Amino acid sequence: MLTIKDLAVKFPSRFGDFTAIEDVDMTIKPGEIHGLVGESGAGKSTVGAAVIGLLQSPGYIANGTITLGDTDLRDLTPDQAQAVRGDRISMIFQDPQTSLNPLMTIEDQLIETIQAHSDVSTSAARKRAVDLLEEIGIKNAAQRIKAYPHQFSGGMRQRVVIALAICTDPELIIADEPTTALDVAVQSQVLDLIRRLAKDRKIAFMLITHDIGVIAQVADRVTVMRKGLVMESGETAQVLGAPTHPYTRALMDAVPPLDHRIDRFRVPQEEATAATQSSGNAAENWLLAGQQQEPTGLTLQDLTVRFAAPRTSLFRKPDPYVALESVSLTIRPGSIMGLVGESGSGKSTLAKAITGLVTPSNGAMTFGDAPLPFGKARSRHHPSRQLIQMVFQDPYSSLNSRHRIGAILTEPLWFYGFEDDPDERRRLAASMLELVGMQPDAIDKYPHQFSGGQRQRIAVARALLARPRFLICDEPTSALDVSIQAEILNLLKDLQAKFGLTILFISHNLAVVRQMADDTAVLRNGKIEEVGATENLYQTPQADYTQSLLALTPTMPQEWQRN
Amino acid sequence: MTAFLKRYEGLWLFVHSPAAIIAAIVAILIIMGAVFAPWLALVNPYDLSSFSLFDGLLPPVWEDGANPKYLLGTDDQGRDMISSILYGARLSLVIGLSALAIAAVLGVGLGLAAGYFGGRFDAIVMRIADVQLALPAILTALLIDGIARGILPASVQQDLRVAVLTLAIALSLWVNFARTARASTFVQMNKEYVQAAIMMGQRPSRVMFVHILPNILGPLLVIMTVDLASAILLEATLSFLGIGLPADSPSLGTLIRIGMQFLLSGEWWILWLPTLFLVALVVSINILGDFLRDVFNPRLR
Repeated sequence: MLTIKDLAVKFPSRFGDFTAIEDVDMTIKPGEIHGLVGESGAGKSTVGAAVIGLLQSPGYIANGTITLGDTDLRDLTPDQAQAVRGDRISMIFQDPQTSLNPLMTIEDQLIETIQAHSDVSTSAARKRAVDLLEEIGIKNAAQRIKAYPHQFSGGMRQRVVIALAICTDPELIIADEPTTALDVAVQSQVLDLIRRLAKDRKIAFMLITHDIGVIAQVADRVTVMRKGLVMESGETAQVLGAPTHPYTRALMDAVPPLDHRIDRFRVPQEEATAATQSSGNAAENWLLAGQQQEPTGLTLQDLTVRFAAPRTSLFRKPDPYVALESVSLTIRPGSIMGLVGESGSGKSTLAKAITGLVTPSNGAMTFGDAPLPFGKARSRHHPSRQLIQMVFQDPYSSLNSRHRIGAILTEPLWFYGFEDDPDERRRLAASMLELVGMQPDAIDKYPHQFSGGQRQRIAVARALLARPRFLICDEPTSALDVSIQAEILNLLKDLQAKFGLTILFISHNLAVVRQMADDTAVLRNGKIEEVGATENLYQTPQADYTQSLLALTPTMPQEWQRN
Repeated sequence: MTAFLKRYEGLWLFVHSPAAIIAAIVAILIIMGAVFAPWLALVNPYDLSSFSLFDGLLPPVWEDGANPKYLLGTDDQGRDMISSILYGARLSLVIGLSALAIAAVLGVGLGLAAGYFGGRFDAIVMRIADVQLALPAILTALLIDGIARGILPASVQQDLRVAVLTLAIALSLWVNFARTARASTFVQMNKEYVQAAIMMGQRPSRVMFVHILPNILGPLLVIMTVDLASAILLEATLSFLGIGLPADSPSLGTLIRIGMQFLLSGEWWILWLPTLFLVALVVSINILGDFLRDVFNPRLR
């Protein structure tokens, strides 16, 4: 019933038209969940926006047809299109924080939407709204409907967004990354809801996501896109289980499995660069020469971090917010400790406490044999400032955009006094770029000239040029596409093995941690739920929380996996 | 050429913005005229022997009774209007630019440090800025002028007129810089490259000036152009009110004040020519400032 043929969308720019998508064909039947998967820049969202007629200006449909039932969506006048939007096609956005009006109650928003599309009395609309909320699983809907969006949790808010989307009985719902901002437990509930709505109400879903696990769980059919073109399309089991297109195969290779550990990811481009093996000798020898010490471990004892909460009363000090509560953790020398937890569990706070950016209120840290002073008590010349280095989450903000790569990379060499000769510093930096799989001529460029994955390699190179013994990786791949993630994870594994680094690997992605970590700790609300050897913890999780996390993470069936 | 322009987006926007091009040409012509005034000008308006009272109040050449030697006429002292305006613009620009430089160094330094250290230091700097903001620029200038008259011996007062005026203008402009620098620094402080630098143990001064400053230059540059225009205007205002420069070393503001006496007596050129010149200068600088803001803020395009 939704049929897209030869769709092309172009964005005029100063230097000619930019083609966002081209030759896109797709059909979605009633009650079908059609997954649209691809990496960033693939044009997935553009397809959705073109269907609902909300292409961002100045984009326009250059070619092709979009028909919903008997209606040609391209033929509609703006008024007719407005009537179709919401009435026959609805949309669910990624972020439930911003897609609801914070100043209106849920009731008002639902009634407003219902009355905009059908001529019913307010009391009838209210009754329908309450029924809808009951249907999507909000208990006590008659009372809860009076609440404002901020009084709901993230998952509940996304349910309300879904209620808004279905309150006009649409034929098609376009869901653009509907669960990306949600934690796994909530994600699985929302996915269940989507599946139920497709089945019971025969609503067709266009499910746009970058997460292949989500597609594998709920989609009936899937279309794989890359750089604006459809690579492969068909039944989910066929496309993901027996991919025919090389790109789909490479994509599936890069997905980290949750239920077993693999040595390395198969990455097609890696043979071409093959940088990690041969080049970068100078940097490698330099790094090895600096390793007088044995690998260094880190011990945390009863670490507690409190943040001041905003004042609510003039006369009473507010209770502090406890970000970490009595966290004890031993990271063995030369091992990788994985730290998993949902958003707000205190993972990043832990990293900041170790690096001295946050001052704990209680506890002790021991780095190697020496105690590690907290926050401001750590002097600027403390040896840990060199020995502990960090790879950050966002490669777009972790490199100074106004400095050339050369300046960024030689800074640690100069700052820690490793190398006095500027030419030698430059040579070492260039060699280090090769070691992390980049071309050495990158040294004269600026960060914005590189992709996210390349920047993350540069960030790794910068960390290594401090000759660290301990590396903190805070969600190093969560801003990257899966294929790039696989490359970076391979790189980190190689470097760790070669230089005997101790790594604290922080991630919300359980599958990634399983591939990387020797030991794993599960963090929840600032407390450690469970610590253990990674394989034990994943195979026989003890804590209820770990069990539910593992059970709810969307995965692919065993027989589809290629690793 | 297209590839070159693509790379330097600012230049591309400039080539496609007629207003910016005209403003740039006007500003450059005025600045060149001011810089080369000693070679361009017919007479030196500061040198009493170079002009004569007998040439006083001559109209521009296209009016009756003009002397072709003085293209735009003369004022009541017999000074050539072109020469006066060029020298006046020279003085106005020198005062404006030095006031701007002082304000920028003071404001950016304090704003950057306030954003970086936060807490008590930030609170103190920003409260001082608030107090400064509550005082009109003219009041600040009067205050400094009064203090200078009070504590400096009369012999040096005359020589320090320009310095006092510059300082007064600088003090009323630094708040803009401090506020912008502080707000931009707050944004940068959350970026991971700054955290990486702090983690390494780099000195605060290095983090501030080597890492943060280059990243907040864009908005500061915009403030600079806009504030250059206000500095020139402020100087003109103060001189017009008689707090600024005396009639024997005329800036644009002084020229306008002198011209005021002839507003109703038919010698219109003595008032209108320097005024038009000042307006052209300030408007062109402001247009360039607006253009720069568009370049640095893609959302406004």
